[in-house]
Amino acid sequence: MSEMTLLEFARGPALTWAVSIFVAGVLWRLVGVLLLRTKKDLSEPRNAATWKGLRLIALRSWPRREFLGGTVFGEVMGYTFHVGFLVALFFLVPHVLFFESVFEGLLGFDFSDVFGFAWPTLPTGVITFLSAVSLAALVAVLIHRLTNPVKRLISNFDDYLSWLLTAAPLATGMLAYAHAGGARYETLLAVHILAVQALMIWFPFGKLMHAFTIFAARGAQGMIFERKGASL
Amino acid sequence: MKHTTVGEYLRARGVSRRDFLRFCGTAASAMALPVAMAPRIAAALERARRPSVIWLPFQECTGCTESITRSHGPTIEGMIFEAISLDYQHTLQAAAGTAAEHAREQAMKDNWGKYLLIVDGSIPTGNPGYGTIAGVSNLDMLQEAAKGAAAIVALGSCAAFGGIPMARPDPTGAVPVSAIVKDKPIVNVPGCPPIPVVITGVLMQYLTFGKLPELDALGRPKAFYGQTVHDRCYRRPFYERGEFAETFDDEGARKGWCLYKLGCKGPTTYNACATVKWNDGVSFPIEAGHGCIGCSEPRFWDAGGFYRALSTGDWGTAKTVGTAVGVGVALGAAAALSARRRQQELEKKA
Repeated sequence: MSEMTLLEFARGPALTWAVSIFVAGVLWRLVGVLLLRTKKDLSEPRNAATWKGLRLIALRSWPRREFLGGTVFGEVMGYTFHVGFLVALFFLVPHVLFFESVFEGLLGFDFSDVFGFAWPTLPTGVITFLSAVSLAALVAVLIHRLTNPVKRLISNFDDYLSWLLTAAPLATGMLAYAHAGGARYETLLAVHILAVQALMIWFPFGKLMHAFTIFAARGAQGMIFERKGASL
Repeated sequence: MKHTTVGEYLRARGVSRRDFLRFCGTAASAMALPVAMAPRIAAALERARRPSVIWLPFQECTGCTESITRSHGPTIEGMIFEAISLDYQHTLQAAAGTAAEHAREQAMKDNWGKYLLIVDGSIPTGNPGYGTIAGVSNLDMLQEAAKGAAAIVALGSCAAFGGIPMARPDPTGAVPVSAIVKDKPIVNVPGCPPIPVVITGVLMQYLTFGKLPELDALGRPKAFYGQTVHDRCYRRPFYERGEFAETFDDEGARKGWCLYKLGCKGPTTYNACATVKWNDGVSFPIEAGHGCIGCSEPRFWDAGGFYRALSTGDWGTAKTVGTAVGVGVALGAAAALSARRRQQELEKKA
């Protein structure tokens, strides 16, 4: 298989399958949770406006002062790699072009025609810097996980695979940009695309699914707390 | 008068020593050699015997021949090309028919094992009748000529990688030279057409050092195909700053911004267009306002469309995504239903 064929494979059938598995898998998980029977709460609610419990989404996204000493490392590193990853994902020109093509293919409209502004992008240098910072944070949290006895004990295969599949697109993207090791760009690009596809395929089946459930779960939990009159 | 060496030939054509040395310096730099090599190149070229070259055109459009012979006025590069003893090239030679074929057979016989074979065009394998010269199929002619060749230069993307004849649906079963000849050194000089100085550079290297240049994984001379068009493109800073032309006539296009969004294949195309340029160094496609179409890469014709940005991919269609949505919802509903049943059974037991 020539190098160009590998890129064609990555951009062609591999991408179609990865997107299909990602979409089907995410919906399987979400619909599976949403259609579960919820237990009826027969107790009288302490607060009438249970929607106020949605505040928990924001509250749980910030470290609590009482636990700051123990959580600050994870919080800082977590935010660093999440922000770096998401900025690289949504603001690098080639990524934006891909999303725009999906948008246009699905809805038949140009993104800027619908929203009245062009999808903003950031220069490659900025994205590369953020990717490097993000990758460094990911390495730091992995070292922390491996050296902290409690975290090591509660970590399983899912944690390590999810880490690897999150780090791989960042690392391969940077290698492609740098033409690392004199390797051919299309080979590096194909490897990068395949790394992203591996992430997409694993996404619904492991802990990465938290991206879709975390805020809904916090909101639901907050509403239950509010109903029960618990302090947020 | 027959001039036996390249030096004699050039002097007879009025090329001065100064011009010749200047050309050797330029050629050294084009071949990625130190400029200090220029005198050695000059000395070697002067002594070099004019090699016999047999040029076989198969499924081609003559664009490669045009590129080399017509793209600029008479230059030393052109004369180097002429300095070879081109014993057979049916587009350029005066002879035709039996006389031409006889000249080819005679040249092959006289220089058996020593001649340089240049091939442009792909070779049809579907039916011998798809491509014949004097009743001989392209395939048979290539196999016979390759046996006596010292080396083969596959000139242009058709000979190097199959090119347009091999594009889907490939009606003639076209293949590149490398698919037929396995036991001879082959230099691929792809491009549609290739840059003139690249072919003369390969010939220079062969004349000067008596060997073929260093090649990349696709059999292309590294000196010319070592970097991508994107790497050396003067519009690269715009790419880095995220400044892109959105259409061919918008403000970005007028300001000379990057053509990536308009489908430029520069990032995946290895060629010297951005450095050597065309028409005696005047310009190259991106400078003229059009994105690179990736013509020096294998299967460039089928690589997803010239105006489709590299970053776009076949993520699917509304139909495939719709099917995935249906499958996902059905699986989720089935999982939830199964969980509800288990819950009910547990409640009954309790």
